[in-house]
Amino acid sequence: MRESRYWVLHMLSAMVILVFLGLHMALMHLSGVLALIDPALAKPVAWGHVLARARSDFFTVTYIFMLAAALFHGLYGLRTMLYELSENPALRKAVTVSFVAGGLGLFGLGAYALIAMHLMTRA
Amino acid sequence: MTSNTTLPRRYPNRLGLLGWLGKGRHGIERYLYTLHRLTGLALLGFLVFHIFVTSSRLLGRQVWEPIMALTHHPVFQAVEFLIFVAFGFHALNGVRLLLVEMGFAVGKPEEPVYPYKSSLNRQRPLMLTMMVLTGLFILLGGFEFFALDH
Amino acid sequence: MKPDARTADIRFIIRRFNPEREARPHWQEYTVKVRPGMTVLEALHHIREEHDATLSWRSSCRMGVCGSCGMVINGLPRLACSTQVLDVSSKTLRLEPLWNFDIVKDLVADETPMFAMHASVQPYLVRRDDRDAAQADAEYRQTPPQLVDYLQFSYCIKCGLCMAACPTVATDRGYLGPMPLTAAQRYNADSRDQGSARRRGRLDAPGGAFHCHFAGECSRVCPKGVDPARAIQLLKQSLVFSRGG
Repeated sequence: MRESRYWVLHMLSAMVILVFLGLHMALMHLSGVLALIDPALAKPVAWGHVLARARSDFFTVTYIFMLAAALFHGLYGLRTMLYELSENPALRKAVTVSFVAGGLGLFGLGAYALIAMHLMTRA
Repeated sequence: MTSNTTLPRRYPNRLGLLGWLGKGRHGIERYLYTLHRLTGLALLGFLVFHIFVTSSRLLGRQVWEPIMALTHHPVFQAVEFLIFVAFGFHALNGVRLLLVEMGFAVGKPEEPVYPYKSSLNRQRPLMLTMMVLTGLFILLGGFEFFALDH
Repeated sequence: MKPDARTADIRFIIRRFNPEREARPHWQEYTVKVRPGMTVLEALHHIREEHDATLSWRSSCRMGVCGSCGMVINGLPRLACSTQVLDVSSKTLRLEPLWNFDIVKDLVADETPMFAMHASVQPYLVRRDDRDAAQADAEYRQTPPQLVDYLQFSYCIKCGLCMAACPTVATDRGYLGPMPLTAAQRYNADSRDQGSARRRGRLDAPGGAFHCHFAGECSRVCPKGVDPARAIQLLKQSLVFSRGG
């Protein structure tokens, strides 16, 4: 694939992460500040809130998109850095293969947790 | 082209990783480049760890709550704050890079007149804005992590 | 002749390397009486005349147009002929050959790989029909605004300072680098050129324009205001937004 296409994907995933991870950071790590406005936003990792987000279609779908975007963006970024350090084709191929496999594995784990929790809380 | 003489031995002089870290004296954008890479690595490392930790909710409340109690340890909270800071910098610097690398904040080609004003000068207001926003983000996070009951 | 009371004794610490005599470079020190206005190139001539006839470097025009005398002066790639000693330091000057180029001898860097990268982007006017130039019965016309689109990038003197300053060139042997990429954009943006599609294979490949991450050092060190960073970002814009180049 042409480098410009990879780069566009890298930028698109960045924009997805900017929005969704920004919201996630606000929800998780600015919860105390937000709770001053709406007390229901406090303690986001309390079990009740975890279940509430698992039940929500919005959170489940956006978390899946965020996970995919973050894994692609991060692993492609690291791959770019490693490609700059060595021109060895065998090494480059090994990096790409392991990153694709690792990325798919991590996405599988995260997506499974999201979907399983969603179905469990909906049941 | 054939020759009877062999070329004298060359001495390799590539800077390698030292070139990323900033050997020599540089402008601020060069250091932002290095920091962008470092924060990216930190965020990726945390993401992998985070996927495993948050997936533990599948095992139920009795597993989730002790793990959350562990993550409220002050050392872990300090690390989380650093990740929060890293995200703020990486995201806002990333917005600058997105605009610049798409050719939007570098200015149009022009006849260079000494003292030269380059694309670095053109994007400097954007860079300063992003750094100020990063500072605000860090202050807000600092208030949250260290002043409030997080 | 009365001694000039304004001279200063400056230490010059210079990276020396003789491939026929040693395995690795070493630093050698000289002391030069520097007058205000004296350039680093003049100081090098003085060292060779008064102290050490074996000191080697490249220079030619001594007025900042040929690009021969690029070297690293106190941690910054600069042209020796355009750098006044007292503007850099009133105590010590540290001179070394340009980073990211193999060293031939002393301050002489091997720029062959850079010129090979440059040639690979077809840095000349390319027409769709190769016989066009031979068959043309009139000049190719260009308006002043069309000229401004690429003029800045045509001022490049191929000095290599940008290549020495670039962090990607520091690690990535396959990266084209700021100078060749600027040359490519100079021709892509030229209204008389029809070769963008032909250059695309080299520019939109690994080692091409997308290995630039805007550290900006190339534009900072460029002695002619060429602004390679701007050229490369505009090149990326055209590679992303135009179909087929």
